[in-house]
Amino acid sequence: MTNNDFLLSVEGLTVSFDGFKAVDDLSFYVDPEEIHVIIGPNGAGKTTALDLICGKTRATAGSIRFRSRELTEMKEHQIVHAGVGRKFQNPSIYEDLTVFENLEISYPKGRSVFGALAFKRDAKVRERVAEIAEMIFLADHLSERAEYLSHGQKQWLEIGMLLIQDPELLMLDEPVAGMSVSERVKTAELLHRIIQGRSVIVIEHDMKFVEDIAHKVTVLHQGRVLSEGTMAHVKSDPRVVEVYLGH
Amino acid sequence: MTPPFHAARKTELFGFLVLAAFVLLVLPGVVDPFRLNLVGKYLTYAFVAVGLVLCWGSAGILSLGQGIFFGLGGYCMAMFLKLEASTPEATKIQSTPGIPDFMDWNQLTALPAFWEPFHSLAFTIVAIVAVPAALAFVIGFAMFTRRVGGVYFAIITQAIAAILTILIIGQQGYTGGVNGITDLRTLLGWDIRTDSAKTILYFVNAFLLLGVIALSIAVRSSKLGRILVALRDKEDRVRFSGYDVAAFKIFVFCFAAAISGIGGAMFTLQVGFMSPSFVGIVPSIEMVIFCAVGGRNSLIGAVYGTLLVNWGKTTFSESFPELWLFAMGGLFIAVVMAFPNGLAGIYKSYVQPLFARIVVRPAHRRRPVGGGKTTPAIAE
Repeated sequence: MTNNDFLLSVEGLTVSFDGFKAVDDLSFYVDPEEIHVIIGPNGAGKTTALDLICGKTRATAGSIRFRSRELTEMKEHQIVHAGVGRKFQNPSIYEDLTVFENLEISYPKGRSVFGALAFKRDAKVRERVAEIAEMIFLADHLSERAEYLSHGQKQWLEIGMLLIQDPELLMLDEPVAGMSVSERVKTAELLHRIIQGRSVIVIEHDMKFVEDIAHKVTVLHQGRVLSEGTMAHVKSDPRVVEVYLGH
Repeated sequence: MTPPFHAARKTELFGFLVLAAFVLLVLPGVVDPFRLNLVGKYLTYAFVAVGLVLCWGSAGILSLGQGIFFGLGGYCMAMFLKLEASTPEATKIQSTPGIPDFMDWNQLTALPAFWEPFHSLAFTIVAIVAVPAALAFVIGFAMFTRRVGGVYFAIITQAIAAILTILIIGQQGYTGGVNGITDLRTLLGWDIRTDSAKTILYFVNAFLLLGVIALSIAVRSSKLGRILVALRDKEDRVRFSGYDVAAFKIFVFCFAAAISGIGGAMFTLQVGFMSPSFVGIVPSIEMVIFCAVGGRNSLIGAVYGTLLVNWGKTTFSESFPELWLFAMGGLFIAVVMAFPNGLAGIYKSYVQPLFARIVVRPAHRRRPVGGGKTTPAIAE
């Protein structure tokens, strides 16, 4: 069976940690330019599923095909080169470097050892960094060390670091978690802008946000797909209401 | 676009020039030839400390086995010098003339094959850099691709230092054993034992050290340097930004090893022998202390740290040989607890602001600089 129409097809994906199956025979598909939201109670295997796709965790069984390339056999950096970008749950940025340098490191050029030695900070790099910084509301903070940013700004910076790579598939793990209300609104607006024209997998608990953006929702429970479809469909599924939405 | 970066660069350049003046002008001016040779010996350890700044300070890879690479560089040089000193005429009382004396004592009747290439100075010079780098590559490849890091890596490097020492001591016929390779005399006919030769070697060593520091500054200010800092902080983020983290770690580890090898070779030339006591665990840890005292994030500071600790060692160990090791341990703990950035940190947080108050402020008043909003970042 070929799934060349899908950008990403996850089939029979299983990972077992000492016998505990965090993800159990999981299958789902992501179309080009689709915003796919994964929801589910704690421990459902949402983050593990993203870890498996980006190569952080190795699958016990199953396949992950991205543009008909098998990701389960590739190294992490090769998966990134293939066009998959991942944002972690906690803001993961380089605190000792400036905002500019954080973005510059993510700029997809000079990624080999000798490429990095020979890398020149040319006008193109500066322009691109400035453009991204503008988008993530950090244009005035370029020369600031990243550790002095607020929590929300750090989240934006990490989103910016992904954007500068221009990935075809963007994976966001709770992008609005831990933000103040005003930051949340700004982030939602930012996400709406950046998810255009690419496929996105989002893990999020904020139902209002999910409803706003989701083309398709997958509900996970104990490592398995409980329900899948549009938000309206999922919301009316009694099993979903019972394990997740009900409380 | 990033003024703090330029400011940091300016301070580094200033520090580099001061160091160059100190090493090339001040020390030879005030120190007598015997002590100068001693300083030259200390400066060979500074190569290792500079390597550690890149490896440990920038990239967060703590190696407790840098003596391995220092020793390998030193042994490569010593093998060349020993072969030159072991002419058939000079060794005609041996049962096998023409081979190094210790081989003869150990009943070897022919030069081992791996010694043969060291007849060539060109080969030796390449080997001084390449042998340490090659071993570092093997260790780095084995460790970093398996994601061995932190304290586990430190322990493994320490174990390798111990293994290499045992190997050198055990293979007496091939390596000179615990005595090392001694009685080195000439380099291409030039007697390295005279005072004038020692002075010349001091300057060669000083220039090489400054060259290595300049190269290291270039590496640190390249994008590679920033990637090293990034992976010290958030290794996973670097990996998931499309970098092969292991390759970068292997590179910096090999680079540090190659530098250390140059230091070792200069040690052999200036001191006139090489022995396993510069390879093992104790010297390796001492070298980490030099770097820590100088400031593990400062290439320049590492040199001063090396000089200071060695000066202390020479001074104190003459009077209280038993106490020195305790003093050294205490010093290391004190630096880590109180001044995690070493001498460079003290300079940066106390001396530099003082300078800034005296020198920079009037200059600022005369010529207000644009981009005022970046000033807080500089102050950090």
